[in-house]
Amino acid sequence: MKHTIAVLVENKPGVLARVASLFRRRGFNIESLSVGTTEREDVSRMTIVVKGDQKTVEQVTKQLNKLIEVVKVSDVSKNSVERELCLIKVNIPPDKRGEIVELTNIFRARIIDVARDSFVIEVTGDEDKINAFIDLMRQYGIKELARTGKVAMTRGSKSVVSH
Amino acid sequence: MRAAHAIAKALEMEGVEVIFGIPGGAILEVYDALYDSNITHITTRHEQGATHAADGYARASGKVGVAFTTSGPGATNTVTGIATAYMDSSPLVVFTGQVSTQLIGNDAFQEADITGITMPITKHNYLITEPKKLLQTIKEAFHVASTGRPGPVLIDLPKDVTLADVEFKYPKKVDLIGYKPKYDGHPRQIKRAVDLIMKSERPIILAGGGVVLSNASNELVRLAETIPAFVVTTLMGKGVMPETHPLCLGFIGMHGSKYANYAVTECDLLIAIGCRFSDRTTGKLSSFAPYAKVIHIDIDPAEIGKNVDVDVPIVGDAKRVITQLLRYIKYKKRKAWEDKINEWRRKYPLKYKKDGFKPQFVIEKAYEVLPDAIVTTEVGQNQMWTAQYFKVKYPRQFITSGGLGTMGFGFPAAMGAQVAFPDKTVIDIAGDGSFMMNIQELATCVHYNIPVKVLVLNNGYLGMVRQWQQLFYKERYSATCIGCESVVFEKIAKGFGAAGITVEKPGDVEDALKEAKDIDGPVVIDFRVDPVANVFPMVPPGAGLNEVIDEED
Repeated sequence: MKHTIAVLVENKPGVLARVASLFRRRGFNIESLSVGTTEREDVSRMTIVVKGDQKTVEQVTKQLNKLIEVVKVSDVSKNSVERELCLIKVNIPPDKRGEIVELTNIFRARIIDVARDSFVIEVTGDEDKINAFIDLMRQYGIKELARTGKVAMTRGSKSVVSH
Repeated sequence: MRAAHAIAKALEMEGVEVIFGIPGGAILEVYDALYDSNITHITTRHEQGATHAADGYARASGKVGVAFTTSGPGATNTVTGIATAYMDSSPLVVFTGQVSTQLIGNDAFQEADITGITMPITKHNYLITEPKKLLQTIKEAFHVASTGRPGPVLIDLPKDVTLADVEFKYPKKVDLIGYKPKYDGHPRQIKRAVDLIMKSERPIILAGGGVVLSNASNELVRLAETIPAFVVTTLMGKGVMPETHPLCLGFIGMHGSKYANYAVTECDLLIAIGCRFSDRTTGKLSSFAPYAKVIHIDIDPAEIGKNVDVDVPIVGDAKRVITQLLRYIKYKKRKAWEDKINEWRRKYPLKYKKDGFKPQFVIEKAYEVLPDAIVTTEVGQNQMWTAQYFKVKYPRQFITSGGLGTMGFGFPAAMGAQVAFPDKTVIDIAGDGSFMMNIQELATCVHYNIPVKVLVLNNGYLGMVRQWQQLFYKERYSATCIGCESVVFEKIAKGFGAAGITVEKPGDVEDALKEAKDIDGPVVIDFRVDPVANVFPMVPPGAGLNEVIDEED
């Protein structure tokens, strides 16, 4: 079972190392991790996807909360919007250019760089959509691929804030 | 003001009276400032000794222990001491020197990434790179170390930071947005706990080190007497209730008494306070307190539900939560349960074979001659025998490395406890293996006349390991014979300038202890005990507490 956890942390050097060290030391599995700034300049937000049962996730949450520089931990697995972004440099076999452009449009992805024999395509969405798009691109030959971790936010007016 | 002087002044404002440490290049500036300070500095002979001494000081006094070391090897030598304090939630602030900020990352002379190294073994740590953050950081460090669930905090001080000029304005308070310990129990959980307690027919209280840290000894005794409930402790909880109290059953776990382990196994309600259900305490989890509902009170929410499933979780400070419980609990006689436990007590007392010169006998005598002494232990058989045979009467009297199990802890910790209580007798009950691991601190004890008495139960083996090899490894004694019968501790002690006594037979134990008690200085007594005595009762590794065996089983 995968859980998505939003972690608000003080924006200080070494915080990422503390969080990563905690996961390693306690044997928790990180599926993906992304970090960025928030509406407050002294607070950063990590979105961590962790694999494990309810008990594991409860321990992850509690252990994260013990870190002095962690301000807030929320499980945002349910009723939330989730997105990640992926850049794919895909090979263009002869006669397939139109097909790739069409698939890109269907997925509402964007071609952001065009070369003679390759495209760089940007696709955003939830994990399943991106996986599906990557699968489709495989037949043409993927030359390079880079994926951000997931970011997530609960729906509605309730917020994960740091006060 | 020079930052180094500001550090010394900040420590004075934190009420620090003593620092344990060793100077060196990167921290020279701070030591120069200490030269003018009222704070006593005890120069140990190894940085591990300094951290254990600061830890022993903290555990005995309840104050924050402070250690100073230089960068690089000075800093890395503190690692075992810090990890020991971390596992047992002891409040320490360790200051390490560091190379100058512009050299950090360049593999400079005596550079070690001590904040990186100690990240998983500190409650929090800091590398100060801006002098203007120095005083705020010191204030925070003492706050974090001593509040909530206490623990060690490390501050890494680059040399150029200690040389900088700072304005001395010591902050009055700390506001950490990510650190707000909860002290009061949730009223709804308190009600639920009271309901379970009132319904229970076979309650047991399990008290851990958290009760000691919370200074909740009186409240605990009142709780036990009000319910009434028998109290068992973890190793770290020893002394939180006088072990001479009729309701106290002593410690449970791998070497706990049969009756204490049976009581936990048969109880219908376990009220666990300030403990973390370590594997040495619980034995096999599936047969731990199998009939019991569990109330778990702890200030660290992460401990609740970590190892043992809990029916009523209460996050809060032991002292406050027990006080909350006491408001609602009424006395209810539970005669059948009381009789049953007292019958187990009669039937399965602690005992050992009295032939030859037994280490247990030394501890019984030490208890007889020095019942009020602060007792530290090393780790292994010496620790377990002391836990079994030295009846501890007050909290912070018994000091041991419970979580990390650090051999070499007891002696420097005794030194720290003695510094905190110069008028008390402080003894370290040691094995020959453990004592060797920090024996160099004899020089410190002699230099500052810290009159610790070291009782070495000398069996020439790493005894606990030897015991496991005998019981579980077909008597294949791989690497455990350390042959200390050829080492003359008496002469070693005298070589350092301490007193040394050798005791070869049981009849001389009492006199030796009395003699040591009257010596105003450090003493080492070498008890040449039975080399193959074992610790019983014992719960074999992987077994449940109900499977506890005696020597004859």
